[in-house]
Amino acid sequence: MKLPPVDYEAPRTASEAVDLLAEHQDEASVLAGGQSLIPLLALRLAQPALLIDINGVRELSGVSVTDGWVAIGAMTREYVAEESGTIADAVPLLAAALPLIGHEAIRSRGTVGGSLAHADPAAELPAVARALDAEFVVRGPSGERVVPAAEWFEGYLTTSRQPDELLTEVRFPAAGPGTGVSFQEVARRHGDFAMVGLATSVTLSDGAISDARLAFAGVSDVPARATGAEELLAGRRPSAELFDQAARRAASDIDPPSDLHGSADYRKKVAAALVRRGLREAVDNAQERQ
Amino acid sequence: MTEVDITLTVNGATRTGSPEARKTLADFLRDDLSLTGTHLGCEHGVCGACTVIVDGRAVRSCLMLAVQAAGSEVTTIEGLGPDGEMGPLQQAMWDSHSFQCGFCTPGMVVQAAAFLSDHPDADEQQIREALSGNICRCTGYQSIIDGVLLAAERSREGSARETA
Repeated sequence: MKLPPVDYEAPRTASEAVDLLAEHQDEASVLAGGQSLIPLLALRLAQPALLIDINGVRELSGVSVTDGWVAIGAMTREYVAEESGTIADAVPLLAAALPLIGHEAIRSRGTVGGSLAHADPAAELPAVARALDAEFVVRGPSGERVVPAAEWFEGYLTTSRQPDELLTEVRFPAAGPGTGVSFQEVARRHGDFAMVGLATSVTLSDGAISDARLAFAGVSDVPARATGAEELLAGRRPSAELFDQAARRAASDIDPPSDLHGSADYRKKVAAALVRRGLREAVDNAQERQ
Repeated sequence: MTEVDITLTVNGATRTGSPEARKTLADFLRDDLSLTGTHLGCEHGVCGACTVIVDGRAVRSCLMLAVQAAGSEVTTIEGLGPDGEMGPLQQAMWDSHSFQCGFCTPGMVVQAAAFLSDHPDADEQQIREALSGNICRCTGYQSIIDGVLLAAERSREGSARETA
């Protein structure tokens, strides 16, 4: 369908965008890459009075490194992040997830901040942000605040961003030596939303797992950490038997939805398989990076 | 309703217009510029029929507003071959009987052209992945892949001859 009539502003700076948000509050939608928002408009699932197009706000694009954190501007396009050597070196889990987002033509326009602000629980980037405890920088009329990933995702397509706030940057911690990663997903076709996805990051020290992070996509209304399995893994030496225990624990801790793409029971089986695969690949990767 | 004056380059020519802000690039190309080679299938970014090249990257023109293309260089299916002739990719797809009803054709060809220009050595698996976002309802995928593979092969042979 054609898009509904809508007013349009294209601010050139983040503060102009914040002023517009402060004036129009939830009557306005922020248009970044548009790969989720424009379909929502076409299907009348969103009908804002005003679009605030931030594609011309240059200060919101770019990748930089400071003090062990990689900061990604909210308007940074997914293909740019995908081609970034900085991200490949410092945030390998993000680098592994980026090529799985949609299709090439989607990543030409789609943005890192847009996907994370849209907060589809089946999408790749929310699971990565949750696994790595990314930090979300939002700017409102009274200044900036930083929201940890655990508090960012509140529900299906819902974040803790206030109507007068703009997501300006997302910060990911740089992976240290001994940290290995894996992004796994099962989808009907390449590029479709995953029935289940899993972001895995494992840190080894002296041959034992000192830190394990597992975050699922597609099993709940938010990206979900498998905390039970993470605790079970901590301090133990990697083995096929241990991965199997972690997989059973992770699958029994989730309560995934049933829909036409797969039943809850099937999703639990897929989740267990992904935990085994994810841990195997992440541990191999960690041993290479030591 | 907000109308916005824009100037952009389409298939090498400077074009201007005053689309409503809500008008997608796809509708602007078809309705305002009469470039109806770009097809609209689903109009919400699922089928890939409306794929065009904007500043060197394949994008879905139904998921981009016309106003956002201001200042950009756009190539549509009409701009892929010289003067109404078929380009090498189009010829290879013709020779491979790649298409049946033709509805998905412009999106498939434009997506494949953008992909091959970045990945001239692509193998079958990479081509399948690159075209995975384009839906053919005749389900004639095999002959489409064959056509793109043939184009890649001919282009490699051509450049091998040039360097020999």
